[in-house]
Amino acid sequence: MTVAIRATDLVKSYTPGSRALDGVSLEVASGEVLVVMGPSGSGKSTLIRTFNGLEKLDGGELDVLGVRLDAAHEERPVCEIRRRVGMVFQQFNLFPHLSILDNITLAPVKVQKRPKVQAEQRAIELLDQMGIREQAHKFPAQLSGGQQQRVAIARALALDPEVMLFDEPTSALDPERVKEVLDAMRQLARDGMTMVVVTHELGFAREVADRVMFMDQGQVVETSDPASFFTNAREERSRRFLSQMV
Amino acid sequence: MRRRSLLLQVGVSVLLLAFLALLVNNLAVNLLRTGLGLDFGWLGRPSGFALAESALPYTPSDNYLWALTIGWLNSLKVIAAGLVLATLLGVAAGAARSSSNRLLRSLAGGYVAVIRQVPLLLQLLFWYFVAFLGLPETPIGDLIQLSNQGISLLGMPLSVEFCAVLTGLTVFTGASIAEIVRGGVNAVPRGQWEAFRSLGLSEGLGFRRIVLPQALPAILPALTSQYLNLAKNSTLAIAVGYADLYAVSDTTITQTGRAIEGFLLLLISFLLLNLLISGGMAGINATVLGRMRRSR
Repeated sequence: MTVAIRATDLVKSYTPGSRALDGVSLEVASGEVLVVMGPSGSGKSTLIRTFNGLEKLDGGELDVLGVRLDAAHEERPVCEIRRRVGMVFQQFNLFPHLSILDNITLAPVKVQKRPKVQAEQRAIELLDQMGIREQAHKFPAQLSGGQQQRVAIARALALDPEVMLFDEPTSALDPERVKEVLDAMRQLARDGMTMVVVTHELGFAREVADRVMFMDQGQVVETSDPASFFTNAREERSRRFLSQMV
Repeated sequence: MRRRSLLLQVGVSVLLLAFLALLVNNLAVNLLRTGLGLDFGWLGRPSGFALAESALPYTPSDNYLWALTIGWLNSLKVIAAGLVLATLLGVAAGAARSSSNRLLRSLAGGYVAVIRQVPLLLQLLFWYFVAFLGLPETPIGDLIQLSNQGISLLGMPLSVEFCAVLTGLTVFTGASIAEIVRGGVNAVPRGQWEAFRSLGLSEGLGFRRIVLPQALPAILPALTSQYLNLAKNSTLAIAVGYADLYAVSDTTITQTGRAIEGFLLLLISFLLLNLLISGGMAGINATVLGRMRRSR
């Protein structure tokens, strides 16, 4: 088993005196799907945003795909990590002034210097895989939320990442649009992608996750396999959280 | 409600007309007093004065009309160059102000703070007397030659006066443009930065390809005002002796005594120039907004 992400004692503090991350350690194996759950403000989004350098650490050490990040890191390792780690956001964050195709091909052409034609071919393949090939020449605002999020997944996949990070990918969607995005993620997991998913989707966690990690107040409360987490959580805090979910 | 708004419109129109009538009356009274009448015949007479620089051949035996045309071209030259350079400087400084690099950020902040507090006239005099006039002969390679005669850029000679006016206008307007760019850039959602960063795009590339295009609709209207200001501020060129339209008109009026005609010509010239600028900007604005609308 090779380790994709190893975090040791991560600390992140936005305001002095309070810690968004308070000594978080974890390992994500290559090919594994880790679902991170917890109440809002528990630090789960902050955590996965440190994995590609969107949040700078205040303490601890990260090893992402063999690249080291710590509180003193430079820009260079972050750029390398970002090329190898894809990220999908709650608010999709598509580029509204670019067509769907250009949204997807921008990074492959500009960052990886792939030929435009080849990048477009790959983009169409990915859109096909996401079931929205016919949207290629539209603009983001012309698509539904679910379609936009699938474009965002395709955009991240276009760089052939080794790890995918999902930050509450279905939280901004209409209920009837959630399934199409989860299905795309399910397929990705089946294909062996290493994934870290922050989500409140219990069904997805139960079915797709290899492990579930529960966080509260910047700390890891417990990590277990989904079956035992949902039926027989060890910690009182996790049980309380689960009892309040529908 | 209807009647009241109609009444208001009639009232405003009457006031405007009255004001206009007053101005025309003043003009007529002034014309009568000088006893000269409105006459543009003097435009064909030789000017008799020399101009320090001219884009097209000019001698003192050429007529006033030609002298004014040369002045207009000199204005156009410094305004056009100023618009381009101020835009580049302003966008760079505006980008630097929202950069993650602290040194860049404070440099740009200091530049904007200092330049906005000092009157443009003082700045022009500074560039003229302190920066350019005092330059020793310092050839830097074969590209740029600095001397108190002016600057020779790639073999193209530029006068000290032109350089001072251009630098003054560029630096002054650049500071305002920087603030406008910063405002527009701040209006772009943070998620757009995170998205391009997470795709491995560099800060510079992300700024150019992702942030700036989305900031443009907020930037362009205010930018047009700054462009028009730069054009109008170029008349301060007279302070350092650059032969722009205003300076030539001033000399012309002194020599001919034709103040009313001279000012009318000056007004019309600047009106034309600024209509050109605002027309061009309206075109760019429409293109950008059209593109944004298409993407909606």
